[in-house]
Amino acid sequence: MIERMQVGLFIPCYIDQFYPQVGLATVEVLERQGVEVDFPAAQTCCGQPLANTGCLEDARPLARNFFNIFQKYEYVVCPSGSCTAMVRHHYEQFFPGDHDFEEFSHRVFELCEFLTDVLHVERIDGKFPHRVGLHQSCHGLRELRLAKSSELVAESFNKAQKLLGSLEGIEFSELTRSDECCGFGGTFAVAEEAVSCMMGRDRIFDHERAGTQVLTALDMSCLMHLDGLLRRDKKTMRVMHVAEILAGREV
Amino acid sequence: MSDASASRSEILSAVRNRHVPAAALPDLTGAWITFPDRAAHFAETLRSVGGTCVDVAGIEELRVALQSLEPVAAAKKVYSALPEAAPSTFDMAQVADPHALDDADVAIARGEFAVAENGAVWVTDANLKHRVILFIAQHLVLVVPRNQIVNNMHEAYARLRFDGPGYGLFLSGPSKTADIEQSLVIGAHGPRSLTVYLLDGSA
Amino acid sequence: MPTPHAVRAARFVADSDRAHWHDQALWFVRVKRDRMAQSLPEWEALRETAAGIKAHTLSRLGDFLEQFEERAIALGARVHWARDAAEHNAIVLSILESHDVKKVVKSKSMLTEECHLNPFLERHEIEVVDTDLGERIVQLAGEPPSHIVLPAIHKKKEDVGEIFHRFLKTEAGASDPKYLTEAARQHLREKFLASDAGITGVNFAVAETGGFVVCTNEGNADLGVSLPKLHIACMGIEKLIPRAADLGVFLRLLARSATGQPITTYSSHFHGPAAGGELHIVLVDNGRSKILESEEFRRSLNCIRCGACMNTCPVYRRSGGHSYDATVPGPIGSILGPARDAKKYAGLPHACSLCGSCTDVCPVKIDLHYQLLTWRGEIGRRGLLPWSKTIPMKLLAFVLKRPWLYALAGRIARRVLPLVPRWLLYNRLNDWGRQRELPQIPKHSFREIYERRQRQSQ
Repeated sequence: MIERMQVGLFIPCYIDQFYPQVGLATVEVLERQGVEVDFPAAQTCCGQPLANTGCLEDARPLARNFFNIFQKYEYVVCPSGSCTAMVRHHYEQFFPGDHDFEEFSHRVFELCEFLTDVLHVERIDGKFPHRVGLHQSCHGLRELRLAKSSELVAESFNKAQKLLGSLEGIEFSELTRSDECCGFGGTFAVAEEAVSCMMGRDRIFDHERAGTQVLTALDMSCLMHLDGLLRRDKKTMRVMHVAEILAGREV
Repeated sequence: MSDASASRSEILSAVRNRHVPAAALPDLTGAWITFPDRAAHFAETLRSVGGTCVDVAGIEELRVALQSLEPVAAAKKVYSALPEAAPSTFDMAQVADPHALDDADVAIARGEFAVAENGAVWVTDANLKHRVILFIAQHLVLVVPRNQIVNNMHEAYARLRFDGPGYGLFLSGPSKTADIEQSLVIGAHGPRSLTVYLLDGSA
Repeated sequence: MPTPHAVRAARFVADSDRAHWHDQALWFVRVKRDRMAQSLPEWEALRETAAGIKAHTLSRLGDFLEQFEERAIALGARVHWARDAAEHNAIVLSILESHDVKKVVKSKSMLTEECHLNPFLERHEIEVVDTDLGERIVQLAGEPPSHIVLPAIHKKKEDVGEIFHRFLKTEAGASDPKYLTEAARQHLREKFLASDAGITGVNFAVAETGGFVVCTNEGNADLGVSLPKLHIACMGIEKLIPRAADLGVFLRLLARSATGQPITTYSSHFHGPAAGGELHIVLVDNGRSKILESEEFRRSLNCIRCGACMNTCPVYRRSGGHSYDATVPGPIGSILGPARDAKKYAGLPHACSLCGSCTDVCPVKIDLHYQLLTWRGEIGRRGLLPWSKTIPMKLLAFVLKRPWLYALAGRIARRVLPLVPRWLLYNRLNDWGRQRELPQIPKHSFREIYERRQRQSQ
């Protein structure tokens, strides 16, 4: 019998509290690939909101906790580019010279890149007959390099779009600004409320113009912000996390 | 003076006291862009930055072309570095004060070589008494040997030597600005037009 | 408590049409930049090379400065050293006074902006005219530039028309850019002809040759220094590069990144004074050696002032350059500002959504958004964060360190929030809810559902 790969599921705190369906979709997507998923209940938050505010000493114990909780897993998978980037690119300051951590950090993956790079998934069975606007969440894009950013001169690729594109009936919106930030930015959303909301509305306008029916992203935080604007403005566009679409959820 | 030398040594010791890790100076050889037809690419790029590029087969053809070039035909005051192709209307050697060139309509100067990738021409003031003529004239004409076009700026600098006092510039197109609402306007302070003649044959 | 930037940004955003116009104008520049970058297959190699040249230069800056000085003097230039802005201004003034200069024309130089040279010279009864069109517009308007490459990008053509009507006697209501530029040409031509000295900035100074390069599109630097006998070039000490051949790398990157042109119209190489003229070069530190010391922020000295990070910054485009209240605004300015005065500019690293577009667009590979994040931590470490940020974060940390408390707090919040009446929930202090709905609160958290699911499957 082949031993099943076991992954530690890292669910960002706001997904845990506000978007449990995204966490469940993540579990299902992974299980369908034959992966054994374990959610360690001792986890809370990676500490990104604290670190990004500049409160590094407050973030430090959370980073330690995270490492202690997840170290034992072969892989750690998270349905958020931003939280994954926090661990992979910004935890090092809390573990200077710690080789165990250094080795561990390479085992932490965002969901889509885990599917394409570790499991080598070529296609996802299912259908999604809708026009989808894929929002490129910034940290997944420019820190994890889950797709080529528009600034760079290189061959084009997009891990999430590759997976989504294998679904039957799916269409993608063509945006005028393919990867502009939505303006969430963590505490930025509140600290710079005016600019943040303008950025969000500009993204929504671009998607409306392109005929987006379902707005999706690798980060629910971007979608929380955009959905907040959509609902306030009484728009019909729906938001869904990529994991939900890959799990075969209906709109 | 003592204060001045104090500043110098203070700055130098400040930058030297910083522990900046050593970093190797990169080698500048690379797979830099080249063009199958350098002259064509130069002409196209020059056009895109508001200039005009004209091929001429020899001095005689240049002479004829210049005669019919609108700014030259209409000009009262012309400076020409190529008297064999177009005459100057005044003797530059007699001009003591560059301010007197304010009413120059056209300047015709030589360019040493051109750069295909960006439509620039390397021009120096080596044979110009007053370099301001390149900027103060209402229209500028440059004559560049057609066989002196490099692909890119790396090739350009490989040709250049700066071993003494001098002035030179890469000039690409007419003077321009987009400082009002990003609308491009040709003729900011300097020449309102640039025509580059690529001269075949003799250099 | 909003930061000064957030307050000014909100004011800028309040005029939605104008903010969108500003955003679009700069995005257009970004698009032109993309087109230029994409036309060069070696773009990323060029960026890498440029960053490498800068890293090498900074590692031996003292040697290169001395080499540059020696060569520049050999070419007939006079070289001055200024520790700070005051010394820079005093040096420039003394050169001007010794030549009895009353009128100066100046091409664009962010360094002289940084040193506030204009008001200083004006106090000493020297007329300084900025000759770059954009700079002249803001100078007449009595404002600082809002962008380092496009100083008047915040002005609409109607605004410029009004300013020119007032100062240059153009027709009332005239706003055609061509007409206005022509008026400026005539006005500035007089200034060029009447000036006693020309001041320029420096884009690159070459250690091995003792020369330097000044880039403009208008030709104003060349016109400004080739009529009078006196040329003063002011440069920060980080403008050095080792070899003339390195210019090939930087001139390929600069204009493409800045405005989406293949090269600036004029890239002028000055080696020594013009025949019969005098050339002074002022080398200025003004805090640069301090930045050089810092491992984290040293790379910010790579900056070639192309402005690409501003054009791409989604915040800058929507908040305007003046919202930063700093000589250099935008992403790079939000790094340089706190390096100069951490207290005054403590809020700037937060005027950023950390999207990282600046990092990817930067032609000299400054890791801008990482540095902005590092600054946030540095500001926290120095105790410069406002309590309105630290107290909530301390509370949050207290909860997040205790999984049971975190789960409990979540459970309580999910019960209570749906009961809170809308008018109370969307209160004055709820910055999230001013223009946005809060997430719809689910009955159960993921961990609760997951636990149940695990129990059922056993």
